[in-house]
Amino acid sequence: MSTEKNNQLENKITVRDLKLWYGDFQALNGLDLDILEGKVTAFIGPSGCGKSTFLRTLNRMNDRIPSCRVEGEILLDGTDIYAPEVDVVQLRTHVGMVFQKPNPFPKSIYENIAYAPRIHSLVNDGPEMDELVETSLRKASIWNEVKDKLQQPGTALSGGQQQRLCIARTIAVQPDVILMDEPCSALDPIATAKIEELMDELKQEYTIVIVTHNMQQAARVSDYTAYFYLGDLIEFADTHTIFTAPTHQKTEDYITGRFG
Amino acid sequence: MPTEHTIKRFEGELNDLKEKILEMGGLVEKAIKRSINSLLKHDTDRAHKVIERESNINDLELEIDEMTRTILALRQPAASDLRFVITSIKLVTDLERMGDLAEGIAEKMLETRDHPLIQINSLQSLSDLVLVQLKLSLDAFSRYDIEAAAQCIEGDKKVNTMYKAMQREYLTYMIEDPRQITAGLIATNIAKNLERIGDHAVNVAEMVIYMVKGYEVRHIGRKAAAAIVRGESAPK
Repeated sequence: MSTEKNNQLENKITVRDLKLWYGDFQALNGLDLDILEGKVTAFIGPSGCGKSTFLRTLNRMNDRIPSCRVEGEILLDGTDIYAPEVDVVQLRTHVGMVFQKPNPFPKSIYENIAYAPRIHSLVNDGPEMDELVETSLRKASIWNEVKDKLQQPGTALSGGQQQRLCIARTIAVQPDVILMDEPCSALDPIATAKIEELMDELKQEYTIVIVTHNMQQAARVSDYTAYFYLGDLIEFADTHTIFTAPTHQKTEDYITGRFG
Repeated sequence: MPTEHTIKRFEGELNDLKEKILEMGGLVEKAIKRSINSLLKHDTDRAHKVIERESNINDLELEIDEMTRTILALRQPAASDLRFVITSIKLVTDLERMGDLAEGIAEKMLETRDHPLIQINSLQSLSDLVLVQLKLSLDAFSRYDIEAAAQCIEGDKKVNTMYKAMQREYLTYMIEDPRQITAGLIATNIAKNLERIGDHAVNVAEMVIYMVKGYEVRHIGRKAAAAIVRGESAPK
């Protein structure tokens, strides 16, 4: 975990020559990318550039689309996640996902967190579970707002709170990586700021990959930024470089609003 | 040079900012020329004009500062736009200082009524050189021309050499004839102002390279900077 102690960053996810088709349409054209452990990596690009598709390959969410075909390699801690013996359900506990629209279960706040740990038999109901629920809610910076109403429905919370509840739910199964697909696009600026602040804390423990249409958000929260266009990875560099002096003209045009 | 912006008003704001800076550069150029001509032609009217119009340069400084503030607050520029706006903020300070230095030359000129300068040819040569330096730096900014910027950075060596020679020259006059000390000090002072203007032109040129290329060439020496610009060595 403490990769920076040796002043050496380690790959959490290694992507090699990743190609993806929806039927005849090729959506990803041979991507190579290293996602570093304990960092926030942002994917940006215009609509249809493949950034969400790519994000979904990282925990095999695209498996659910029948016409979808994937080639190439995605290694999570050195293990190919597309290998036949991989249990996709297990994979998704390691690589959790937070979606654009907060989607809490229609259950109590407590049950939203406890559900997955229970079915995965991570902890027993009772004090152990109480502790896990509290820790998860604390890590998602929402404990103080919900601690007195754990039995109320999660859907009764505000949008921003619901999104943090969903992050807490993801954390509860102790993942290594958290994927976020436009996690703030349905939230107001204050709720957005809270999520962004939360991401800064979460990266101490987790590797985060975020897709965002909000370039300022990518600039604010991420350590590395990848720019996608028409299924190609155009440029991948540290966020400071991408936003002050990108190498590629296509990145430059997108970042400065001259295209897209 | 960057292509057109999707948001037309932003594009317009960036163009306006550039034009204002070039306008300010034009005023500064004029002030320097006028201050030197007042000296060469013993024309106090011109000197007074430089002093009077210095406030126009200051006004432009404030106006440009406001423009850059607005762009930063409302547009959140990135990449080349960000570098352009940052460069503008820095350029304005250099140009304003050059305006002050030109005013200083005009003020010194007014003192020469009581203490005529004996040797003003060398001041003319130095001012010619410095004006070329300033023109190079402003052209570099206007045309995103890093070769012009590199020439300006290299040209500073000539300015410094000439300035040092002039210091020695004036010192010799003052030692030979102590009655010339006041005139000698005035001339030294004017030369110093010209040399400082040259330094500010170099600052502008260095920022232009950052604006165009995104790397720093400040504080690494003239030769190293020129080598990077011409692709002979890699930027840090």
